[in-house]
Amino acid sequence: MKNPVAVIGSIVLGAGTTAVQILSLFIQTVYWTITGPFKRKFAKSESIFDQMVFTGVKSIVIVFFVAFFTGIVIAMQSAYQLSRLGATVYVAALVAVSVARELGPVLTALVIAGRIGAAITAEIGTMVVTEQVEALNTLALNPIRFLVVPRFLALLVMLPCLTVFSDIAGIFGGYLVGVFNLHINPSLYWSTTYRFLEAKDVLTGVYKSVVFGIIISMVGCYQGLNTKGGAEGVGKYTTVSVVASFILVIVADCIMTAIFYFSKM
Amino acid sequence: MEKTPVIEIKDLVKIFDGRRVLNGVNLTVYKGETFVLMGGSGCGKSTLLRHMIGSYKPDTGSVWLMGKNLTTLNEDQMDEVKKKFGMLFQSAALFDSMTVGENVALPLREHTKLDDSVINIVVKMKLELVGLRGFENLMPSQLSGGMKKRVGLARAIAMDPEIVFYDEPTAGLDPIVSGVIDKLISDLTKKLSITSVVVTHDMNSVFRIADRIAMLHQGKIVAEGTKQEIEKSNNGLVRQFVKGDADGPVTFFKDKGDYLKDLIG
Repeated sequence: MKNPVAVIGSIVLGAGTTAVQILSLFIQTVYWTITGPFKRKFAKSESIFDQMVFTGVKSIVIVFFVAFFTGIVIAMQSAYQLSRLGATVYVAALVAVSVARELGPVLTALVIAGRIGAAITAEIGTMVVTEQVEALNTLALNPIRFLVVPRFLALLVMLPCLTVFSDIAGIFGGYLVGVFNLHINPSLYWSTTYRFLEAKDVLTGVYKSVVFGIIISMVGCYQGLNTKGGAEGVGKYTTVSVVASFILVIVADCIMTAIFYFSKM
Repeated sequence: MEKTPVIEIKDLVKIFDGRRVLNGVNLTVYKGETFVLMGGSGCGKSTLLRHMIGSYKPDTGSVWLMGKNLTTLNEDQMDEVKKKFGMLFQSAALFDSMTVGENVALPLREHTKLDDSVINIVVKMKLELVGLRGFENLMPSQLSGGMKKRVGLARAIAMDPEIVFYDEPTAGLDPIVSGVIDKLISDLTKKLSITSVVVTHDMNSVFRIADRIAMLHQGKIVAEGTKQEIEKSNNGLVRQFVKGDADGPVTFFKDKGDYLKDLIG
């Protein structure tokens, strides 16, 4: 039987080392992103473009469905409560604010962590176990510049775009319920939405999605680059990547919400 | 002819998890020769190779490549050295998101300012050398194991390197393809006056290609000499290895003494 204090200690130390290593990967990625163009050693524009298409364009359908149906559900659930107060028109405000502030950015980030974060770890991890990353190294091609930077940039740009898109899809879902089920006048629905939805609501959601994009790309690439143990290892590290991204996204969301809405800034 | 050393390894020690994987290795490889490093599985020969290409840093001792001490170089200086050697990996390590042609072209595209039309000509020439001209547009997944190795070789010599490292070039190939690879190695060494360092335990291949041979055992060089010297060697380890005897100084079976105790607990 191991000493419980020692077990807790080693877990904390392990987590601390991982955090430091992910941070160092992030710093190196930012370094290559900024200095790359000046050294004429930037990631290839085609590979950035490919990653953006894969991350952004090809995720539109799933992001749309998740946000759209979430908007519908929020509208139905809040209508049930608000109708008792005779205030069903405020469904519009509730849907818009909750989607823009929380559900849009967070649900999109979770969907993308599952779709893109897993793909990043599985692809880079397979490259590690089949010696391809080592081959890059011996060809004097830095794997961070070559593999991490394109994925990082793709998520950094595309996740905020997808978030705005999911805000629109969610509000549209709520609108359909409000107009066709609750019989709110369409122009009243829109004017209520405009009255309650502030620029800050949308912007904080976009800021959050930038941070989520950094988290998903860094965790995904870190796990991929550290993959060991063949096919089984790729599976294991991919699972860890998705789980860690999920937890970190939620924790970061909690911290940022506290900063944006509960501090005197 | 004056022999100029291109690789010099001095008192190299590497410790992994408290185990001395390399225990004071001294080695010199001269310009234009085919040097074979042989030894049983787990004797540290792959680790030694990884030191020569700068993937690992020694715990003590030094590795000199073309007059540069790899242990003291920074990343940019190391990249310059890396451009002067090529490496054929055991699994060929082709980038499977790129075609055969793109794989061979990659180092040229990244490290030279050559025009695309020139690069295409060079790619065709390198593929011709390994007998695979016309396969430019295939993906690595469409190739057989032997073809992958030949493409890997074409990529390794794309930058006209001074040294080419081969990690188990004939492992897992049929005898004819092994013969083809061996012929390619000796042809390249003679035609392009490249220095070749081959890590292998395929004895047929060793005597076909080697100018000089060193045998590594338990992290130390136990024998070194020309092909003839090794063939006639009286060293028990070398004789056992060359003949492939199960009995000899190297034993795979544990002492029988504790067998009964182990069985019945």
